[in-house]
Amino acid sequence: MNPAEIVKKISEKFSEEVLWFVCFRDECSIVLKKEKVKEILRYLKNTPGLEFDYLVDLTAVDYLGFREPRFDVVYHLTSIKHRHRIRVKAQVPEKDCCIDSVTDLWATANWFERECFDMFGIHFNGHPDLRRILMPEDWKGFPLRKDYPVRSDLGDGEWETYKELKETAKAWKENAE
Amino acid sequence: MQNNDIKVKELTVNMGPQHPATHGVLRLVLELEGEVIKKCIPHIGYLHRGIEKLSEDLTYVQSLPLTDRIDYLSSMVNNVGFCVAVEKLMGIEVPERAKFIRTMMAEMARICSHLVWIATHALDIGAMTVFLYAMRDREELLEMFEMVSGARLTVSYPRVGGVRCDINNRFLDKLYNFIEKFPKKVEEYETLINRNRIWLKRTKGVGVITAQEAINWGLTGPTLRGSGVYYDVRKFFPYDAYEKVDFDVPVGKNGDVYDRYRCRMLEFRQSARIIKQCIEKLPEGPILADNALRIRMPESPLKIDKKDIIFEIYIEDKQIQEFIQKFTEVYASVEAPRGELGFYIVCDDSSKPYRMRVRAPSFVHAGVLPKLCEGSLVADVIANIGSIDIVLGECDR
Repeated sequence: MNPAEIVKKISEKFSEEVLWFVCFRDECSIVLKKEKVKEILRYLKNTPGLEFDYLVDLTAVDYLGFREPRFDVVYHLTSIKHRHRIRVKAQVPEKDCCIDSVTDLWATANWFERECFDMFGIHFNGHPDLRRILMPEDWKGFPLRKDYPVRSDLGDGEWETYKELKETAKAWKENAE
Repeated sequence: MQNNDIKVKELTVNMGPQHPATHGVLRLVLELEGEVIKKCIPHIGYLHRGIEKLSEDLTYVQSLPLTDRIDYLSSMVNNVGFCVAVEKLMGIEVPERAKFIRTMMAEMARICSHLVWIATHALDIGAMTVFLYAMRDREELLEMFEMVSGARLTVSYPRVGGVRCDINNRFLDKLYNFIEKFPKKVEEYETLINRNRIWLKRTKGVGVITAQEAINWGLTGPTLRGSGVYYDVRKFFPYDAYEKVDFDVPVGKNGDVYDRYRCRMLEFRQSARIIKQCIEKLPEGPILADNALRIRMPESPLKIDKKDIIFEIYIEDKQIQEFIQKFTEVYASVEAPRGELGFYIVCDDSSKPYRMRVRAPSFVHAGVLPKLCEGSLVADVIANIGSIDIVLGECDR
């Protein structure tokens, strides 16, 4: 099915939830309110004719200073059976920074959501194991947010955990001697 | 002695991050009961360099070398993927010759990457000889990369809008000779392991993934096709010159380690076929589009035609309209040796990407390790890691 047709079909069925949709270079993205995003994704996955069985990617984008609500959680879906693609975006505000997890629809979402949480601090309700994945567990801040600096603000200082680690290693070495 | 006297104790084993069979810095915490794995927890992130964050601070041209470092065994494909995404974003039409050259290079990178895979995978399982054979042949390909780009691994050869420099007949002759001989060499590897009893015992029926599971877990590439699912980005959403060449996509049946191995072995031959066609069909002409991005970019190089952005209904608010016109986004993916490598770029009309997301196949594949390993034996962990073919540089980005 043509992506534009899919988008129209969804916006007719869920007219309350759909905010707008955009087509650019033969790709269509549909922007939703976050409350019923799981219901709509389940509809996309299970409806004959759509059958988006493969979650390609799940990520987020931070529009700090450009828009309120601040975050977009972006789902890229593909149907291997019908060979079509679509992009679904759900708006997440900073104050109530959470959205429903889709791990029970697509198992892939497990690690994607963990990464999203790690990088943006967005909570996924109902996720079985929401921990940091790429950054160390005691890391402060969320690196891919726009207010997180590219350069470290520590200056010449060292990351605290690294300092502790060095001290433990030193103590261990002295003990061994 | 009665059975009751035997004490049972669960053992936690830390496999990695410095374990030769984990192909990088993957750490697996295994909870064992005897030889059987009860629980497997992968820990990644040891190679996290923040490529996504860094690229927000660099221009599109400057981001290109970063993509080399995503999957360092097939950097050519990463470059192509990034270029395809940026070209799609800006509406740059690539000249035919450049398209064919890029297809050729991408397939060379696929052969290169699969050679490293068969080398290390066989070595892990215990077939030493294949390693030496495969590395010998990879060397020839790396030399050819050096001929065109000056680098062996981090090539940065494709450019947004084409390729860096033209290829000459000397290179083409060399490549043609290699490709002519290559299918025989693949047979050579196969004679070493195909009917090796140890190899068969360690791969057949190990790490079985059904087709439905494979799709649900988001697997791509030969790992997915080993389970019998026909999905290949080159066929489904063609890019570059893949529409103009003839090739098959090998598909497995049982979804075990052996079928994934077979898929990759058959892909060797298909890649050789594609390269051969590319050499034969290679057209004359320019290698860089006229409106390609240059290294010295003006402040705002993008001229995305606002007419391309189609939005209907629901929008009355002026602010939202402006917002939609400001932030344009594309997702483009290529078939990397490991699976679907996707780039999602959000652009804000400046010379830097507002957000660049890399959808890495290895990241997804590493995520299924617990499901693959739980309930199997410790020795099969090695075979499983090898068969899903992860590169940790790509996994952590």
